[in-house]
Formats: sequence, structure tokens, C-alpha cells
Amino acid sequence: MSDIPTAADARTIIDARNVTKHYGDVKALDGISAEIREGEFFSLLGPSGCGKTTLLRMIAGFDELTSGTIAINGEPMAGVPANLRPTNMVFQSYAIFPHLTVAENVAYGLRRKKLPKEELQREVEAALEMVDLGGYGPRASHAMSGGQRQRVALARALIMRPKVLLLDEPLSALDKKLREQMQVELRRLQRAVGITFILVTHDQEEALIMSDRIAVMFDGRISQLATPQELYRLPANRRVASFIGVMNFLDGTVIGEDGDAVHLDIAALGKVSVPKSQCKSRIDGTAPAHVGIRPEMLTILFDETEQAEREVTGTISDVVYYGDMTYYDVQLPGAEKPITISMRNTAGRAVLEIGATARVGWGSESIVVLD
Amino acid sequence: MRRGTGINWLAVYAVAYMVFLYAPAILLPIFAVNDSTIIAFPLRGFTGKWFADLWSSEALQASALNSLYVAVSTCIVSTLLGVCAARAATRYPFPGKKGIMGFIMLPLVLPEIIVAVALLVVLVQLGLDLSLWTVVLGHVLVCTPFSIAVLSSAFQGMDRSLEEASLDLGETRFNTFRRVTLPLVMPGIISSLLITFTISLDEFIIAFFLTGTDATLPVYIWSQLRFPAKLPSVMALGTILLLVTIVLLILAEWFRRRSTARRGEDISIAGGLA
Ligand SMILES: Nc1ncnc2c1ncn2[C@@H]1O[C@H](COP(=O)(O)OP(=O)(O)OP(=O)(O)O)[C@@H](O)[C@H]1O
Ligand SMILES: [Mg+2]
Repeated sequence: MSDIPTAADARTIIDARNVTKHYGDVKALDGISAEIREGEFFSLLGPSGCGKTTLLRMIAGFDELTSGTIAINGEPMAGVPANLRPTNMVFQSYAIFPHLTVAENVAYGLRRKKLPKEELQREVEAALEMVDLGGYGPRASHAMSGGQRQRVALARALIMRPKVLLLDEPLSALDKKLREQMQVELRRLQRAVGITFILVTHDQEEALIMSDRIAVMFDGRISQLATPQELYRLPANRRVASFIGVMNFLDGTVIGEDGDAVHLDIAALGKVSVPKSQCKSRIDGTAPAHVGIRPEMLTILFDETEQAEREVTGTISDVVYYGDMTYYDVQLPGAEKPITISMRNTAGRAVLEIGATARVGWGSESIVVLD
Repeated sequence: MRRGTGINWLAVYAVAYMVFLYAPAILLPIFAVNDSTIIAFPLRGFTGKWFADLWSSEALQASALNSLYVAVSTCIVSTLLGVCAARAATRYPFPGKKGIMGFIMLPLVLPEIIVAVALLVVLVQLGLDLSLWTVVLGHVLVCTPFSIAVLSSAFQGMDRSLEEASLDLGETRFNTFRRVTLPLVMPGIISSLLITFTISLDEFIIAFFLTGTDATLPVYIWSQLRFPAKLPSVMALGTILLLVTIVLLILAEWFRRRSTARRGEDISIAGGLA
């Protein structure tokens, strides 16, 4: 299933079985099962209100499950309060104690360990160094910027050396530049400390960039749990497909199958045979099928010499220029909606105009069949 | 921003209102240092003897001590109750919360005479002797709503994930309360102590009804009003009470603002009351 050699044989650190959580009539979690491996960077991805925070809070021990079990490091966590769990959390609001200095914040959880003063100071300074805040210890915590608070929260949690670090949308409050920088740094930090990270995010790009594996959640359930590549290439269904990146959907019909290929008749594209490994839906007889194609799997053939496995001609209905890329909407004859095609803007290639005729190249390996 | 050059009627109204409200209070210190037993203009010159008289009156000292005793007990008890109620009201959902909170806040708007008479009837029925403690009981009843009002806004403004963060970092609930919650609502607690202390110190009706033989300061003042010769002394005493009250309330407001300003929030007392 996984193509990460180190993680594949790793132990399970968090084992969630059939976890449900109801708030009155709201089913915030509706039967979640997942095994999270030791040392992996795991993301919970989903739209607002799908239950990501709720699941994280169940793992941290802030709320009790309605049913199901969660085991951490092999131990069932039922009845174990948050302060006795081997997890630490970076809150969405960071939850920096406003009445304490940066150093006091970071040292907060160490008090119980009763370290000698010098050792405590050394640990705190080391933790601050780790998040690039060396020397900031004596500062008042309310005098720190958003990005700095986020790092303080990170240091405060990491100094506890948890088995699992839980991060609830830690980057959502930062501006784009800082967020991208922190994505890289968090990933680097995770590799350096080797602690299991569970990141909650609603940003699919962030999840793809940072994670070893991603659980995509909708309405309190996990729709798909896979590596970023699997998730992008072979989404489990149309909902996941449209949540992760951009996906064109076309209607098709299954007209037959043999061995490990499925024969399809796709609106606007015609007949094609697709390997069964690219089918996520169950194929039965001559049923309607939903076909998905990523924008970058399609090409616009700019001159006569360019060739593709298959070709159709359409009319450009919209052009969006991104600098490095151009996104074209092309209306194909017989298709309901225009399909989106992304093209890299290479040297000497002109950007086509709306209304122009375009030859669209595609291939059978660029197609997935979804539920 | 000001528009036009016409008379600012709001300002006129405000000034008139302030004069009406505070002019009588200003008369207190004036006559407290006037060298005459008759409370009337023109003034007769400056004297400090009315204040000196106060110093030598044993009954007054006894009542001052009684008042201090009642006010300190009241402010501690009602603030303790306030902390519990405000914390419960802002943290835990429970059935009938709105109704219960409304009920607790009722003494805030109930005429004191009704509270006093009702308490008196109950206490007599129970066969309890009237004493300073029954006064404390009555004062706690009327002070607790103020305490809850002040403390609710303090608790409300506190990000609840701060307490969770503390638990998450391994602290027990008790230590979380001690290390995080308490320091963050401390300005609110101090403000509540000062406000309830002041209310109790100045309260007359309940004290009058529920005290036995021990008079509190306001009750003592009332008893002195029967003797015209004592009037200037009463004025002096009133002046002192006025000053103490003003100082305490300014302090209380300063603490309350500090607790909210620290979190950068609006500073309305009502914020905590649903
Ligand atoms: N304490 C609560 N009481 C009642 N309902 C709740 C509570 N907490 C969460 N819910 C509901 O549970 C559902 C899931 O909430 P949750 O906070 O887990 O979503 P989320 O995926 O974290 O969303 P977001 O991305 O907006 O943070 C929502 O419908 C929410 O309204
Ligand atoms: Mg959330």
C-alpha cells in the first residue's frame, strides 16, 4: 500500500477503531478507523466542519468518545485524562499563556519533572533554538508576532518529548509567504526529531507537501487514507478527487471488460481501454461510469509536428494566465462542460486566445474511473 | 467628530446631570470643615474639630470596626461564590442555565427593602438571633450578583484552550486552575473584592433590619442624625466614607479594565451576562 520503506514496517502508534462522537444530534465523528504509524507525518484533511478538530481532541483526551476506542502506543486511552497522555498539542489559537514570558511558557510542562535550574534553562534554550527563537526567552509572550507565537507553541510542546505531536491548523493564521516557509520548516523539524506528527488542515496543498500519509475526511468519516501520490493519482471517489487539486469529470459508459482492462465509451473523447488499476469504482456490465482527468494530463498540441496517443479538437472558452502556467478551458463537441487543461509556459510558446481552435492530446493512462 | 457650531445639547445635559448628581456630595466635605454646628450658608471658617470629634467617639469606632468586619467577610464570601458561579456559567453547559443564572442575578434589581424584610421574616421564623453574621448573610445575597457580573466577563474573556493547553502539558486540573486560570482572572477577582467591599460598607437598609445590637457605620450615622449638634460630625464621617468609596471603586475599575485590556477586548461589564 505504501511506498515509504521506513514507515511501512513501522509500529502503529495510534490505533483508532470505530470512533464516533456525537454532540446532541450532530455526528461530528461517525465511525473513524485509522492506524497511524510511529514517526510518520500524518495529515487530517477535509473541509470545515468535517470533524478534524474533534478527532484531534479525542486523541489528546479533551473530550470523551461516544463509542469506539483509541489506543496510543498499544495502551487503550479510555478514561485516561489529557495530562496523562503521551501526546502534546499545538492549538489553532496557539494558546500561549499571556501572563508568562516566552521561556516560562516553554518551561511550563517541565515543572513537574523538577529539574535543576541550570538544566531547565539549558533545555528551554535548546527548544527555543530548535524553532529559531534562540535568545527570545525573557520576552513577554504577548509581544511576539503570530509566527513567533506559533514557534513558541511548537517549542513548548516539543520540549515534552511527546510520542505524538498534534497540530490543529497551526499555519492557517499566517500569511502566505510565512506559511510556505513554515511548511518546509515543520517538515524538516519532524524529520529531525522523529516524533509522529498529526496535522489538521483544510488546505490540500499543505497536506500534499508535508505528509507521509493523508486521511481525507468528509462528514465525520474518512473517505480515503493514502499517500499524497496515491491520493492525487487515484482518488477514491469524485468527492475526494475534486477536493484534492483540480479534476475534470466526464460521463462515460462501460462497454465491456477483459483481463485487466476496462473498455469505456467516454463523452467527447470516444472509446478507450483503461487498465483496471486505474478504476476505483466497481465495474459491472454496461453501467454509466464517471471518468476523471487531471488538467496536467491533457495537453494542447501547438503545431503539426506534436503528437499524442489520442486527439480531439475543441474551442477555447477561457484562458487564465498564472505566469509559469496557463489554464485553458476547452469546450469539446459532445461534452457538457468545458474541460480544464494546464500548460507550462515554455520559451517561445504563445498563449492562445479565447475562441481559438485547439487540438487536445490525451492518453488512456491519464484516465481514472471513479464512483 | 463634531458637526456644525451649534450648542452641544448632549454636553449640556451631561453637565446638568452631573451637577444634580454630585452637588449634594460636594456639600458634605464643605460642611465637614465649616466652623459651625448649623448646616447653612454662609460658611463660618475652617476647622478640623469635627474630624477630631470622630476620633474620640467610642460608639463610632465600634461601628467602624463592625462595618469593616461585615464588609471584609461579605467581600470574601461573595467573591468566592462569584468565582464558582461565573466559572460554571462560562465553562459548563447545564440544563436550565439561563433560568438559574437569571435567578441568581435577581437581587441586582430587587428593591433592597424587600430583600431585607424577607430575610428578616425568614431569620425570625428560623429562630436565629440577629447579629453581624445575619448582616453578612444579607450583604452576600446582594453582593454576589455584582461579583458574578464582574467575574463572568473575566472568565468569558479567557481563551479556554489556555486551560486545555495546561492540561495537555501534564498539569492536573487543580494546578491548571492555580497556574493559569487564577492569574488570568486575578484582576477580575480583585475588582470583585473591592466592589463588594464597597457595597457592603455603604449598605444601610439590610444592615438596619438585620443587625442586632451592633450597628454598622451607616446605621450609626442614621442614629446620629437625631441630634442636630452631631450633624457636622456626621458630615465629616460621610466625607471619609465618600473618599474611601471613590478610591475603592476607581481601583476596582482599574483592575477590571486591566483584566480585559490585557486580552484586548471590549470593557463592558454586561459582556459576561447572558
Ligand atoms: N462542543 C461542540 N458542541 C457541539 N457541536 C460541536 C462541538 N464541537 C464540534 N461540534 C460540531 O462537530 C462538527 C465537527 O466539528 P470540528 O470542529 O471537528 O470541525 P473541523 O473539521 O475541525 O472544522 P474546521 O476546519 O472549521 O476547524 C461540526 O459540525 C461542529 O459544529
Ligand atoms: Mg477545526
